[in-house]
Amino acid sequence: MRPITYARAADAATAIAAVSADPGSAFLAGGTTEVDLLRQNVLTPRHLIDINDLPLNSIEPQPDGALRIGALARMSDVAADPLVRERYPMIAQALELGASAQLRHMASMGGNMMQRVRCSYFRDAESPCNKREPGTGCPAIEGVSRGHAVLGVSEHCVATHPSDVAVALAALQARVHTQGPGEETHAYAFDDFFLLPGSTPDREHPLAHGELITAIEVPAVPVARRSLYLKVRDRESYEFALVSVAAALSLVDGTIADVRLALGGVATRPWRAMHAEDFLIGAVAQRANFEQAARVELSTARPTPMNAFKVELAQRAMVRALETLANGSPA
Amino acid sequence: MTATAPPAPAIGQSLDRVDGRQKVTGAARYSAEIPLHGIAYAHLVGARIAGGRITAVDAGAARAADGVLAVLTHENLEKIASLPPLLPSLAGSAAPGQTFFPMQDATVHYAGQPVAVVVADTHERARHAASLVRVRYEESSSVTTIDQGRDQAYEPEAIFADFIPGRSGRGDIEAGIAQAEALVQGEFSYAANHHNPIEPSATTAQWDGDELVLHDATQGVNATRLTVAALLGLPITKVRVVSHFVGGSFGSKAMIWHHPALAAMAAREVGRPVKLSLTREQMFTSCGHREEQEQRITLGATRDGKLTALRHHKLSPTSPFDHWAEPSLGVASQIYGCPHYEGVYRLIRANTMTPTFTRCPGEASGMHALECSMDELAQQLGLDPLELRLRNISDTDPATGHPWSSSGLKECYERGAARFGWHDRDPEPGRRREGHWLIGTGMATAGYPVYQPNNPQRARARIYADGTAVVQAATPDFGTGVATVMTQVAAETLGISVDRCRFENGDTDLPNISAAVGSSGAGMISAAVHTAAKALRDQLVTRAVADSGSPLHGADPATVTVRDGVMTAGSDAESYADLLRRNFQPDAEASGAWMPAEATEQYGMMTFGAQFAEVAVDAELGLIRVRRLTGAFAPGRVLNPKTCRSQLIGGMLWGLGQALLESNRMQPRTGRWANSNLGEYLIAVNADVPDVDIELVDVEDRIVNPLGVKGVGEVGQVGVSAAIANAVHHATGRRVRKVPITIEDML
Repeated sequence: MRPITYARAADAATAIAAVSADPGSAFLAGGTTEVDLLRQNVLTPRHLIDINDLPLNSIEPQPDGALRIGALARMSDVAADPLVRERYPMIAQALELGASAQLRHMASMGGNMMQRVRCSYFRDAESPCNKREPGTGCPAIEGVSRGHAVLGVSEHCVATHPSDVAVALAALQARVHTQGPGEETHAYAFDDFFLLPGSTPDREHPLAHGELITAIEVPAVPVARRSLYLKVRDRESYEFALVSVAAALSLVDGTIADVRLALGGVATRPWRAMHAEDFLIGAVAQRANFEQAARVELSTARPTPMNAFKVELAQRAMVRALETLANGSPA
Repeated sequence: MTATAPPAPAIGQSLDRVDGRQKVTGAARYSAEIPLHGIAYAHLVGARIAGGRITAVDAGAARAADGVLAVLTHENLEKIASLPPLLPSLAGSAAPGQTFFPMQDATVHYAGQPVAVVVADTHERARHAASLVRVRYEESSSVTTIDQGRDQAYEPEAIFADFIPGRSGRGDIEAGIAQAEALVQGEFSYAANHHNPIEPSATTAQWDGDELVLHDATQGVNATRLTVAALLGLPITKVRVVSHFVGGSFGSKAMIWHHPALAAMAAREVGRPVKLSLTREQMFTSCGHREEQEQRITLGATRDGKLTALRHHKLSPTSPFDHWAEPSLGVASQIYGCPHYEGVYRLIRANTMTPTFTRCPGEASGMHALECSMDELAQQLGLDPLELRLRNISDTDPATGHPWSSSGLKECYERGAARFGWHDRDPEPGRRREGHWLIGTGMATAGYPVYQPNNPQRARARIYADGTAVVQAATPDFGTGVATVMTQVAAETLGISVDRCRFENGDTDLPNISAAVGSSGAGMISAAVHTAAKALRDQLVTRAVADSGSPLHGADPATVTVRDGVMTAGSDAESYADLLRRNFQPDAEASGAWMPAEATEQYGMMTFGAQFAEVAVDAELGLIRVRRLTGAFAPGRVLNPKTCRSQLIGGMLWGLGQALLESNRMQPRTGRWANSNLGEYLIAVNADVPDVDIELVDVEDRIVNPLGVKGVGEVGQVGVSAAIANAVHHATGRRVRKVPITIEDML
């Protein structure tokens, strides 16, 4: 770990100004990923601005029915919030299936959006990695890639986006609010906030240096009251998803009136399953249609030999999630 | 004469850990927590390549970094005085984990091999400076997996430091196979496993003139002492090793790896005490591992289920230095009466460390293959798996024909099956379903050898004139509870209460105990402690009956009993304390030494058990979850049921991890482990842990050691992975012959 200076900011403007002014600086929120990566020399800022004192931890319903979650709200607080649990069970479940209790108490929602990939080549500061050092290559593609992505991959990067809650937020079309230097604010559509690796896997978000996430806004999504988050992994707790599904479903007379689907563990960003949703709207809620929808969504998958099983597993998980909701017993 | 009260029992009681309070309050100091004035911190730099040589080291930036005191590389590290041969630490000699010491020349044999040691005034500065050391390599081709080296496999004369022949057999294997009316053949593959104790290995080294004190996280302080003395060319008397608390080991601290000697060299170089603590990641390349392996089995039987033949071959990578394989073919060759047997180890020279003891070394993997094959044989013969095993129980050790010193296996089967509810089982696979879950049950036999030391195990007992006693032996307590249990053994043998008795341990200044490995600790240490305490008790009784001032004067020593520190013969009584005070003696002391009797060579010695597992399999999503584990074990005398059960539960959960989770993947291109961290090297977490039920079967063993203790550190693990794999088959009809069994195997 390199020598680092550290300061605590009392308000957002000061924090943003400090980081914007110095390309070698970074925000520090819960630190549950960032500090690990500092120790491993994967992240190399010279100056950290601690933003934990900023008043950004409230969870507030909005007049239009949306819910605004402060960027510094802790994962455990959001999971426990009665409005979150009532309106968006998939968010609460995704949070509670993520990390460990200790980490959830510390990790912030804004930090969760910014968390870095778990690819072991990225996290080893001395391996080649296009995300860490553009142009050095991607050893994961022919290396140990069991946990890597099959959707949204490029020949430059196959790292899986690790977040659980971001998968639920993708299904819900949340918006990410930020504040930049000069106090200007911006709201990103969720899909716009997470960039596909393409030929620039080092660029994960459209943010300017020093631009700070202030809140995540979850719109009113009535169908989400009947929703779930299904997470498939080797062990029962404290592991990232091999495959996960955030799903919401409403039926009218056995026909799908509304549906939300997103995938985690299989894609380079939280993966809204648009093709599957399009197929399902108006379709009869039956297994054959669920299977077809899952097939459609995974038809563009590009697996490695080691993670080819994820293509099948993701489809089965989607079918399971939809059947569970269709049969009236979410989670 | 009135009957005298029997001694208050201490042995067999569930005494809480004597050091529990120190551990949970943080008062216990582990080897990296020794506060010494002027201490400096060392950090290792490991090789990035798996094979080749160092062409240049640029340590300029590291040496110039703030706080750096020294950067040691092969160019300036002192040469070792001698490299002792590899011997299991139980043998009581120097016990290097491999016959190689790093930084003596430019050659790189495996990834992670130490190539530099950076010493600085703080841990953070040492670690930062270590990242600034630039090492250039000339890389040569490497072999790190079975697949890469299969063509170069060889059959060694012997493995395991020459203690085990490469090939063994009895009867006529071809004839046994020809006689068989049912034949099962299987090829099993096993991922490499790492130990991952909660405390990473650490050594604090301090020189006082030419005398060296090491605080070392170790299973054997004398093993550390003798190894470091040999490497540094020091007289044994100049090296003292202290290890009061060790945060788990599971074999990672059973052999003496490079870091204790490197810490001593670094401390000498900078003229300050030096602390060298391995990072979690370095634990994967610094203290051995359970090797990747393949095993092939052919099992033949008559139509009524009597085994006729067992052929069991193993293939595994070893290091460039040593012919090492964990002894996988041992118990599997002895557990059943089978007249025709052939066991063969084959090795591949690979660019890895020498593999080492990893909990339940050998038997965890060998018994997995045998017990999965037995399940398959039972299915083929239409026999209940338990019935098949009962038909093959052997009253003698099939390897030697000697009787068992004690067994209890049949009772373990019966009582384990009864507790588990085995007999209600529908043998047909795939019949039980609960929602998405298919339910299955499986069982397996457990067995682990009773390893004996080959040199005297010593202890010393002293009682003071206030009636309190201290009993001493060198052994560290690496989490097993040995300090607690030996307090009980000492107290009961002396005839005092446990709260008047203290066990001091973890220091080479105390009487010698070999490293407690291979489940040998409880047996050999209790033997030494019992022998010393009994000598002291006898000394005091002898003194009392000979003392004209004692109420016991003239009594027959054989009739004297001692309870709560009071010697009683008939109606006459005197306490140890009164006897000592009346004679102006501040204390009394006795030593004891124990070695296994030669007669033990006329017996087969093994701890037996039976394992039962219930799993639920979500076949659609490939999930396997263990719902219940029941184990019945016959470990001889149980010194403390609480610590005994803890060990057995821990072993059984290791078996669960072996079956479903634990795997480090080697990257063949780079020769580096792919998942050397606790996020990705999966061990069971609480949420994976089912209800674990344990039954202890009493057996008396008059052969193994004075108290009849057979040890429980490993046997809990044997067979669990097979019971789980067999349960997966019962649930789904699918036989998976690799461990861990993971989601992709079930899709």
